[in-house]
Amino acid sequence: MTHFPPPLHPTKSFVHVVLLVLANSFVTQGWSQNLQDLALKDMEGNAVQTLDLIQQDGPTVFCFWATWCSPCKRELNNYAELYDDWVDETGVKIVAVSVDDQRSVNRVAPYVNSVGWDYDILLDPNREFARAMNVNNVPHTFVVDRDGKVVWSHNNYADGDEYELEEELLKLSE
Amino acid sequence: MMHFNKSIKAVLFMSMAVLLAPQSWAQFQGDSDAPAVSGNVGILWQSYSEDSLIGAVVPPAKSGYNAFANVNYSQGNFSAGIRYESYLNAIIGFPGRFNGSGLGYRFARYNDPEKGIDITIGNFYDQFGNGLVLRSYELRDLGIDNALDGFRLVLKPTSGVQLKLIYGKQRLDFQDGLINGPGIIRAADAEFDVNALVDKWEDKATKVTLSGSFVSKFQEGSPFSVDSLLLAMPENVAAWSGRLKAIRKKWSLDVEYAGKVNDPNADNGFTFRKGEAFMATLAYSQKGFGALVSAKMVDNMSFRSDRDLQLFDVPINFIPAITQQHTYNLAGTLYPYATVIAGETSASADLFYTIPKGSTLGGKYGTKLAVGFAAANSLDTTPYPEDEQASAVLGFERQSWGPGDELYVRDFNISASRKLNKKWKAKYTYFHFDFNTLTTPVTTDYKGIVNADIHVLETQVKVKPKQSLRTEIQGLWVGQDDNNPDLLQDKGHWATFLAEYTWSPHWSVSLLDQYNYGNNVQANRIHHVFGTVSYVDGPHRLSVGYGKRREGIFCIGGVCRATPASNGFEINFSSRF
Repeated sequence: MTHFPPPLHPTKSFVHVVLLVLANSFVTQGWSQNLQDLALKDMEGNAVQTLDLIQQDGPTVFCFWATWCSPCKRELNNYAELYDDWVDETGVKIVAVSVDDQRSVNRVAPYVNSVGWDYDILLDPNREFARAMNVNNVPHTFVVDRDGKVVWSHNNYADGDEYELEEELLKLSE
Repeated sequence: MMHFNKSIKAVLFMSMAVLLAPQSWAQFQGDSDAPAVSGNVGILWQSYSEDSLIGAVVPPAKSGYNAFANVNYSQGNFSAGIRYESYLNAIIGFPGRFNGSGLGYRFARYNDPEKGIDITIGNFYDQFGNGLVLRSYELRDLGIDNALDGFRLVLKPTSGVQLKLIYGKQRLDFQDGLINGPGIIRAADAEFDVNALVDKWEDKATKVTLSGSFVSKFQEGSPFSVDSLLLAMPENVAAWSGRLKAIRKKWSLDVEYAGKVNDPNADNGFTFRKGEAFMATLAYSQKGFGALVSAKMVDNMSFRSDRDLQLFDVPINFIPAITQQHTYNLAGTLYPYATVIAGETSASADLFYTIPKGSTLGGKYGTKLAVGFAAANSLDTTPYPEDEQASAVLGFERQSWGPGDELYVRDFNISASRKLNKKWKAKYTYFHFDFNTLTTPVTTDYKGIVNADIHVLETQVKVKPKQSLRTEIQGLWVGQDDNNPDLLQDKGHWATFLAEYTWSPHWSVSLLDQYNYGNNVQANRIHHVFGTVSYVDGPHRLSVGYGKRREGIFCIGGVCRATPASNGFEINFSSRF
């Protein structure tokens, strides 16, 4: 009499495979997040690959924000006061990624220009980039090194958080 | 169980592909394309206590628990991921039918930007243009998710051209796993960058993008009778749109026109009228100043992959509201406007100006001003007076693209914010709403136009370099009841007080009190107090709250859902890895 192996239990085998996949990548690199390469539009309507924004001579900061998000605007307005100094000291570039959907995306350019931000602005109206970066809610800030690896991130903004970011940027520029 | 096994199989298949990926794909990638695992987690737990004063009831399970985790694997151009979701039971205010644990989302994707090819199987989100004919998206905090499930191909055959092809069904429900709606969606979109395609336009200062979409839905249907006529139910419903975007120096123009064939559905009372929509935005901005004007006409554009469903269920398209999404408590949650789905004509204008620093009005640091106005009315329509049968079959006739007589909403707001000195910041905002609660039923207490004035004073003081205290004092005053001058409209006057103390980079404590001090009914003049303590460490955030939540409208990013009153504890955890 031939003995057949028991049928594969879908749930068990699923867990098994997922664990294998995770173990496999953990051994290779560990838990880490790289900047995802997606095509987004800037305020002039140009298509921009997100990886092309990474600087080689300084850190790059990606801030997810929206025109309806008060802490986001506080964060980016506070950074704006320090931005010139940060650029001089650390060579940083800030990319502000708006997750405004179609209801408010047309307000992004008039708002940004009226407050005079010197950041690169990207539009992510259906949150494709935010989703790829696992952003649950805004504001969410990422510091990315020249290899595209996320080296620091912060969810939420409270006044004073800019000092922690500044320390991080100084460390990276050493 | 069928769907659950199916999704398990799909994930098994994709996981196998992922498992093989490091070996088979590594040869095509450089060493920099090492495999990576990332994801996020969100957990929300609430306990419920009875509170007859605010109308809070305790569900049988006495608590609610919503959780999700995304786990994404990527290597080079390949990525795959799953989202595991739990509703045990769903938090009050979420779609109550969401139940159980399982996979709500799974996908595998190959995206090669250099070759211009991007293929996804499984779940995905996408948007064509402004979304007037297709938008699938998620707002996790509101339980809104109309993810597509099928196949998507994005091609960029040459510089300046992007083509999209989509086939799929849409997420409708969650019962131990994803449940899709019955309709099949077939969609295509093409976008042309004129400057990249036409040699003469290459160096022009004006940048022009032209695009067009076609979306078709199939759903089985049976003939039905209207006014003694037996009518065939259209099973295939097509919608299309054309768009123009032009940018020249400080100016930008965005225009979209969309149409839809006859589509009897629950939103239009199963009439055969065709759908039409038009929206246009003109914006101007320069350093220190920005302005925009928008106009929109939407007529019978409800488009779903199940014609019998309404509200948040399986919308194929997205029609944004003309008004701003307000964030202050009283302005954002009592009378939030959403597009009237049957149709409306609307317009808005916004102005942003920074009074330069050093001037008399601007002060030492400059003053930021913002003014907004938006209005929406009914369509300019008439029924078919001589022909009742035509009215029953076609609904109404539209006379023009202009506004009709019935007011839906008027929203005026103005704000000024200024840094006063190194320690203090202040912002004052005034709102005026005329809000039709018959056409946007945000309250059951009043039927008519509510006239509301709202004043908000927000201040912030830096106590120490990393500690600050922010406060909001808000007041909302409504007009007199049209039918009884002794009474106030709706729930009467409100006041809200918020204080938030933050210790950067980890801790914050906040206290919110919404006080309905001017309610017509003495017993309803209640304080709704809610306190929160939260701890943030990089991408991880934990908050614990306790108190009373008013019944009302909870909005995120422009979409709102009604939530019942509740009283109890709330624990919220969010993380990214």
